[in-house]
Amino acid sequence: MITFVPREKISKNWIFIAPILSIVFTIFFGLLIFTFLGYNPIETLYQIFVSPFSRIDRISDILVKACPLIIIGTGLMLCFKSNVWNIGAEGQFIMGALLAGFIALSFPNIETKFFLLITLITGFIGGALWAFIPAILKTKLNVNEILVSLMLVYVAMLFIDFIVRGPLRDPMSFGFPLSKPYPEGALINKIPFPGIGFLGQLHYGILFVVLLIPVAWIFVNKTLGGFKINVLGSAPQAAKFAGFSQNSITLTVLLLSGGLAGVAGVIEVSANIGQLQPEVSFGYGFTAIIVAFLGRLNPLGILFAGIIIATVKLGADNAQMTMGIPKVVTGLFEGILLFFLLTGETLQKYKIKWSERKYKWKL
Amino acid sequence: MIKFCMRIFSLITLGISVLFFIISSAFAGSPTKVGFVYLTTPGDHGWTYAHELGKQMVEKRFGKDVKISVVENVPEGPDATRVIRELAKQGNEIIFTTSFGYMEPTLKVAKEFPNVKFEHITGYKRSKNVATGNIRFYEGRYIQGVVAGLMTKTNKIGYIGAYPIAEVIMGINAFAQGLKSVNKDASISVIWANTWYDPVKEADAAKVHIAEGADILAQHTDSPAMLQIAEKKGAMGFGQSTDMSAFAPKAQLFASINNWGPYYIKKIEDLRNGTWNTGDGPNHWPGNVWGGLKSDMLVISKFQNMPANVAQKAQEALDGLKNGKINIFSGPLIDNTGKEIIPAGKALDDGALWGMNYYLQGVNGKVPG
Repeated sequence: MITFVPREKISKNWIFIAPILSIVFTIFFGLLIFTFLGYNPIETLYQIFVSPFSRIDRISDILVKACPLIIIGTGLMLCFKSNVWNIGAEGQFIMGALLAGFIALSFPNIETKFFLLITLITGFIGGALWAFIPAILKTKLNVNEILVSLMLVYVAMLFIDFIVRGPLRDPMSFGFPLSKPYPEGALINKIPFPGIGFLGQLHYGILFVVLLIPVAWIFVNKTLGGFKINVLGSAPQAAKFAGFSQNSITLTVLLLSGGLAGVAGVIEVSANIGQLQPEVSFGYGFTAIIVAFLGRLNPLGILFAGIIIATVKLGADNAQMTMGIPKVVTGLFEGILLFFLLTGETLQKYKIKWSERKYKWKL
Repeated sequence: MIKFCMRIFSLITLGISVLFFIISSAFAGSPTKVGFVYLTTPGDHGWTYAHELGKQMVEKRFGKDVKISVVENVPEGPDATRVIRELAKQGNEIIFTTSFGYMEPTLKVAKEFPNVKFEHITGYKRSKNVATGNIRFYEGRYIQGVVAGLMTKTNKIGYIGAYPIAEVIMGINAFAQGLKSVNKDASISVIWANTWYDPVKEADAAKVHIAEGADILAQHTDSPAMLQIAEKKGAMGFGQSTDMSAFAPKAQLFASINNWGPYYIKKIEDLRNGTWNTGDGPNHWPGNVWGGLKSDMLVISKFQNMPANVAQKAQEALDGLKNGKINIFSGPLIDNTGKEIIPAGKALDDGALWGMNYYLQGVNGKVPG
């Protein structure tokens, strides 16, 4: 049996050494796998890690890809910090996008960009409402929020599917499941750069991330609310003695994280898709869970984690395009990377203890 | 003297070879760069695999004259936009985007790269540099209807549809027309799987059909699950997109095979000859390819597991469709509520096919939504 025992003191050096070691191990195994499969290993690693930074518009693609991950990840951070396990951000993302889409499509002629404020707020409400279901069940009836939030993801997926095939289907779409295009006022534009024009898909939605990260940092580190969340997460008993209401914290973090996932959904659809379709999220809500943990439940960390994950995803596509490496292989490499990064993170906090097996097979 | 001759000779050889080199390089040029975007990994059956086979035909036909880049597993959304743009940036001259959901991303990128040609598969929006391609899948389904009508003993046909969109509905109706031509008593029941690919759901739908008495199954979904269930339970059915007899050697009657190769080759040849275009006008109709049995874009696999007389009837239907003697949707057409769609002597045109939201006689129930 292997058990993990918390270390009494976390070594300062290891905070830096652990991630470096993780990367070294990842690269070593990556080299091994790529060589055995007959791909040039150096070139592959270049494609995965470096090529996404090789052109300025590729860098902007990383930001676009990381944007929803960072927004959702920041919300999830609040949950995970207070030991509330919201696994359903994917569903909250969809419901945010859907509710905002409903509002957007109800005003087909609106042009002013102030309308975006309304859709963003609607998206927040949509996501928060979807998170409210596990929140209320958890606080009133003590129902496990992991199961409820996760299962609601599938409900949300089927719901948006139904909506774009039925009530919101564009009559001009030849029966294909697509809504009408959003009105101008509900679209988030790409950012024009003087002299260069557009950089890939880089859009104004990225400003929300720029705003969100410092706000989240201040909230977590400098406010009473953030303090409560920290205490509840690290010492629930202490939080109880201090008179912090566990239920109200649980409710708050779930609503906030659901709302943020909803906003991410609105930004993604308004900036990159421009209409509702059966699939609006591509696992962002689930990937963001990894992002939150990879970022060590800290806003700045989440910013970097989001960028790392986005980089590797884009690099995998580049490797496929230029070298013909199938996605399954680069997916394997992604898995190795995450495995070592999270292992490094865990081992720096915990010791491994080998204990004797207590029970042997008996007949 | 000999030396002089040698010198002249070598000079001439040199001259010829230089000339040859110049000519050949001028004509061969650099290889045409071709990009493909796939929805999934190709695997060994179904929609994307059929595209992969088409791509292999391109490789075989052009050899070193093309350089192909493929990106698989691209979700239908912002990722598609990025991948297609990246392919365009890398200098691909023609890019095939092989799923319906790439429609808006393809159009978006095409606007930014007016010199790159785009071929979007199964969309309906075109532009100056975006053409569309599709296969008349429904023609194969007519033959399926003929075979089903002759093979069924219970007169119950189970049909698994992906989504109630025009393309699937016209397939069901074509099947019904084939069925009616040989067997007036049989009828079709449809189960909507609400997915293009989900072996579990497809298998469940097949089980339900068989439990309700169907002995012939047809599908407009992508996995071999239906045929595998049929094989196990003693029913029979038809393969989709690629030949699936390997999955169900006793149950597959035949498969309608999507053959994208000729279309790809034609389009790449057009590009190399400088004749690729989508015509004028708001709809760019000349840029639309909708080929079927006649143009070999739809191919019927070997007729198997059926008596010779059924195979012969199937062959007759196939020949009839190829030489134009059979027009599947010619009047009188009556829908399954008794309403006349089109009188005798007339036939539905392509536009009317894409507007189908009703079942013809021989299909049970009504179109959802």
